[in-house]
Amino acid sequence: MHTAPVLDISSLRTVFRIGGRQVAAVQDLDLTIAPGETLALVGESGSGKSVTSLSIMGLLPRKVGQVTEGSILFRGKSGQVQDLTRLDDEGLRRIRGNDIAMVFQEPMTSLNPVYTIGEQIAEPMRIHLGCSHRKAAAAAIKLLEDVGIPDPERRAGQYPHELSGGMRQRATIAMALSCDPVLLIADEPTTALDVTIQAQILDLLQKLQDERGMGILFVTHNLGVVAEIADRVAVMYAGRIVETGTVADVFTHPRHPYTVGLMRSVPRLGEATELRRRGIPLPTIAGSVPSLVHLPTGCSFAPRCPLAIDACRAGVPPLYETGNGRKSRCIRWQEV
Amino acid sequence: MLTYITRRLATGLLMLVALSMLVFILLRLAPGDPISAYINPNVAMSQAEMDALRARLGLDQPLPIQYLAWLRAAASGDLGFSIQRNGVKVLPLVLERIGPTVLLMVAGLAIAIVVGIAAGIVTAVQRNSATDIGFSIAAFFGISSPAFLTAILGLYLFSVVLRWSPSGGMLTPGAPFSIGDLLAHLVLPACLLSIGHAALIMRYMRASLLEVLNQDYVRTARAKGVKEFWVIMKHAVRNALLPVVTLIGSTIGIAVGGAIFIESVFNWPGMGLLLINAVDTRDYPVIMGATLIIGACVIVVNLLTDIAYAAIDPRIQVA
Repeated sequence: MHTAPVLDISSLRTVFRIGGRQVAAVQDLDLTIAPGETLALVGESGSGKSVTSLSIMGLLPRKVGQVTEGSILFRGKSGQVQDLTRLDDEGLRRIRGNDIAMVFQEPMTSLNPVYTIGEQIAEPMRIHLGCSHRKAAAAAIKLLEDVGIPDPERRAGQYPHELSGGMRQRATIAMALSCDPVLLIADEPTTALDVTIQAQILDLLQKLQDERGMGILFVTHNLGVVAEIADRVAVMYAGRIVETGTVADVFTHPRHPYTVGLMRSVPRLGEATELRRRGIPLPTIAGSVPSLVHLPTGCSFAPRCPLAIDACRAGVPPLYETGNGRKSRCIRWQEV
Repeated sequence: MLTYITRRLATGLLMLVALSMLVFILLRLAPGDPISAYINPNVAMSQAEMDALRARLGLDQPLPIQYLAWLRAAASGDLGFSIQRNGVKVLPLVLERIGPTVLLMVAGLAIAIVVGIAAGIVTAVQRNSATDIGFSIAAFFGISSPAFLTAILGLYLFSVVLRWSPSGGMLTPGAPFSIGDLLAHLVLPACLLSIGHAALIMRYMRASLLEVLNQDYVRTARAKGVKEFWVIMKHAVRNALLPVVTLIGSTIGIAVGGAIFIESVFNWPGMGLLLINAVDTRDYPVIMGATLIIGACVIVVNLLTDIAYAAIDPRIQVA
């Protein structure tokens, strides 16, 4: 892809102040997203993937979380490139919901219970596009239709509790797309849904992306979802990206022991029943995610890594180019 | 909706009967009766004369008969006569006092609701700031000061020392009626009545809003680019109001108690003053009538609160 990226993050560092000390939730983070591209950000809980998305949106909890280093270059609808880390509150507010929109994990709680679906979808269009009430309400009904909600006129007048989980997530997607953003951040948008609904929502996101050409940052811990929707994947561990590459490359030949472990831990239907029949436990990664307060020196994954040697503990490994635009933060990537 | 209101009013009626029964029994358990308060201690009266007086008023009948007689009359809208006021009818006596009491209570609660909710929002948004701590200390004193204390202190400070306000009554005697005169008399007692309620509403509003501000849909509103002011006022406050409305509804009964104190301190010609005088003189019919009317008012207001609740929260189905 030769088009200029819509999002270009370099050397991002986001810290949280916890009890007088600073803890880096995200560090040395570089990533780019081209228009029409889907980048999946993968990792376990606490790996920093949600903090990354909140850093982009400028929605880190005030007084506690803060971007201290790096830049987030964003090319908005107008084509103008701005560094989001240097914008003031008002500047960020104008971009949120307009140029960058976000879909959250819990469709049950991310919609306001006391306003109708139509009102909540219409709101960003009134704020950012200056639409009249009537025009925004009509556009909201059209959006509900676009995201595949039957009988959109009636649904627009209903409250969130009157809709099923899948319907609500469709409604939050409609809300996110209302101002035609160039970047959509989807933070575990299918995690809270049934598997069959998950597939529908993923199909919907892909269809909408094909129609509108927005870039998607898809935050998830589910590798199955990544395989289905993403073009490229970035694997995060303890606040750092440990491996990036196209989905096809990373999934067929992972170049970081953590990625290998993650992929082994995904139970496959046939294999899982076979293992169970033979009484062998499902494969997992030994040990647990390190606390960000007490990160091990050197490679954060070394304590859990089957390939770890003394050199791994000497210093944080850089991201090695491993060919075809791929990168791995492992000094023994050739042996993985 | 209509069936709901009818059903609520029907249960309300049953509650009124229960209330009247309770008050009736409590009154007879209290020492003394209307006769001992009625007679002139300087005029000698024989026991026979006093018994005759009791018999004339029906006080010698068994309690259930007395109660049923009262209930039958009350059901037809006749609340009887005042014993102490030489046969003045109770119903018009009570009704003429309702206006001033309702005026005082509505003014006091309106001040409490506006001040309490506004202070609750400010302290929640600026949590742990100097403003928050200042308001919280003030609220602590507000909640802990009983109405009879604040009424007397307020009267002394604002009427006697500072002379900002008349010291009692509802209108200046002899002066032609004017709204300004009424308001000048109303402001101080209404403000004093509102103190405890404002403090309570503030505490609830603050806690409720703090909880709502952590909800996912508030983050969604920010992610949509809603201005911070409207994130609070539109997306958070309406949700935070739900428990506060319940609180307001349930404190109205307590406000009646506060109003009675305020009325007696400020000589406000309302139900409270009437009720206190009636209790002093064991004027049974007036006590019964006044509590019945107050009870009816509280029941209606609680019904209105529940309807308001349904209007704020679409998840509540009033049916």
